[in-house]
Amino acid sequence: MGGKGSLERAVKLRKLKSTFFLSLSFLTALYGLFWLFWILFDVFSKGLPNLSLELFIKDPAPPGEEGGGLRHAFIGHAIVTSLAVLIGVPVGIAAGVFFTEYGRFSKLAEFLRTVTDSLVSLPSIIVGTLVYALLVKPVGHFYGLSGSVALALLMLPVIAVTTAQMLKLVPDSLREAAYALGAYRWQVIKDVSLAAAKRGILTGVILGIARITGETAPLLFTSFNNFFTTFNPLEPMATLTVTIFIYATGPYEEWHAQAWAAALVLTLGTLAFFVLAKTLLRRG
Amino acid sequence: MGGYKRLKDKLLDKLVFVLLFLVALFVGLLYPAVALFTLYGEARPALERFGLIGFITGTEWDPVRELFGALPALTGTLISTFLASLLAIPVCIGIAVFISELAPKALKPVFTTAVELLGAIPSIIYGLWGFFVVAPFMAEKVEPFLQELLLGLPVLGRLVDGVPTGIDVLTSSLVLSIMIIPFMATIVKDAFEMTPRLLKEAGYGLGATKWEVIKDVVIPYAFPGIVGGAVLSVGRALGETMAVAFLTGNVHQIPRSLLDQFTTITVAIANEFTEADTELYLSSLYGLALILFVMSFTLLALSKFLLFKRLEKRWAVKGL
Repeated sequence: MGGKGSLERAVKLRKLKSTFFLSLSFLTALYGLFWLFWILFDVFSKGLPNLSLELFIKDPAPPGEEGGGLRHAFIGHAIVTSLAVLIGVPVGIAAGVFFTEYGRFSKLAEFLRTVTDSLVSLPSIIVGTLVYALLVKPVGHFYGLSGSVALALLMLPVIAVTTAQMLKLVPDSLREAAYALGAYRWQVIKDVSLAAAKRGILTGVILGIARITGETAPLLFTSFNNFFTTFNPLEPMATLTVTIFIYATGPYEEWHAQAWAAALVLTLGTLAFFVLAKTLLRRG
Repeated sequence: MGGYKRLKDKLLDKLVFVLLFLVALFVGLLYPAVALFTLYGEARPALERFGLIGFITGTEWDPVRELFGALPALTGTLISTFLASLLAIPVCIGIAVFISELAPKALKPVFTTAVELLGAIPSIIYGLWGFFVVAPFMAEKVEPFLQELLLGLPVLGRLVDGVPTGIDVLTSSLVLSIMIIPFMATIVKDAFEMTPRLLKEAGYGLGATKWEVIKDVVIPYAFPGIVGGAVLSVGRALGETMAVAFLTGNVHQIPRSLLDQFTTITVAIANEFTEADTELYLSSLYGLALILFVMSFTLLALSKFLLFKRLEKRWAVKGL
């Protein structure tokens, strides 16, 4: 009859097909990782030789001249980001607490949460144009604090959504036990819910920081740029990201070299935040 | 004494509630509403001058003659997003299959972390790298090769017509696709791993091959997650600025070939915002921002609608 032979052939064919598609998926994975490691390789190989102590402690040399560093951008970056964290984190956590602790059965809170969720992927350049219209145009000049506000607006939804999720993981029996002891709601939130979700919320905050610290677009029209070191957030302020943007398109080799060095520092910084968050999460 | 403390605690209870409510109202309602109205308000002069339809369908962008039409930038955004997704989606599914089904158990966390880490690289880095490394590579190697291969063919030849400069639709879409790969692969992989083991083992029990289990059990089960991940990635590609900021050439024309220079909404805003010297010019840029805002918000609402609730928890943990 040949039934056995054709069955065997069919099985063989199916196995062959399986091997083919699995190899294909292996190859696509290789393709993806190939590009991604190429980036990392270039960032390191082009950034490392240009890394020097001068980069961190010296102000920029006049365009086209040798030497100089990016001290102004490092300081500006730290100030703009820190202020953004100071504004964004408390507000984001507060909103997240409301969504889970008060709004669990309320349609309004559900609606607010869904909108917040959608805001997570708001294009960052739009936040920049928004803050320009609200905070820069009325004042008449660019300044660092407006950049912080833009970054804070960008991280708000991320932190709110994470906090709400993390609080949802806290078992209700814990809250009920506290209520049974006669605790007020704010006491339950402070001493039970937040205390229990501390690590998760911290992870969210760190991820939020990792995200905003690499942002460029919202800063282009807010904190803008400054070729001098300033500590005053009411003046235009340089940041690493905007500096890379400007230096990359500039005509000087020296600028390109420094842009790569800044790119390396920025990448390492972002990845460090990310790894920290992952480690925290794993331990929790 | 006790009565006073109780009163204080009660008041505090109300106060905390009101405060948190106001903050939530700000984040979830006031902020997006203010954003929408501000963008609209700033865009009004342009919209009144050209009309909403006229602005969206206008093909000229000429600051000197004060003519502003959004169509070239809008088309550019749509084309580059479409091509980037086209390039990224199969790769992401491949990576997800590889990590969740093929990789040895000990290596899984390594690959997962590697992909996630690569997703954390700031987009300006992709832009810098794209400009100094990918664009020359494309101009010298890939694009001449493609031309040799395709020029002369009926339809495909038109796609690679032009001078290979590396600053074009092809390079922009490629870099954009590379940027969204880690983001999307993570989501798709998570969706894959949500498939209950029991279902997969039932498949193997019936004598299915590994690929058959993936194709007929895992992918259908994870389908909503795959679609949701794809939509989120499209949203990210739509709004991405820095990765392509140097790669489009920022020329307001509807590209006819993959090697044409073009622009996107975000690139036009990033490059021209601080140079816009007239009110109408700036207002037109706000018009672009408004279009992008509406597009990305609609897309996100759509993806919320498509997403499975069970995936949300895991994503929030990853800050996606």
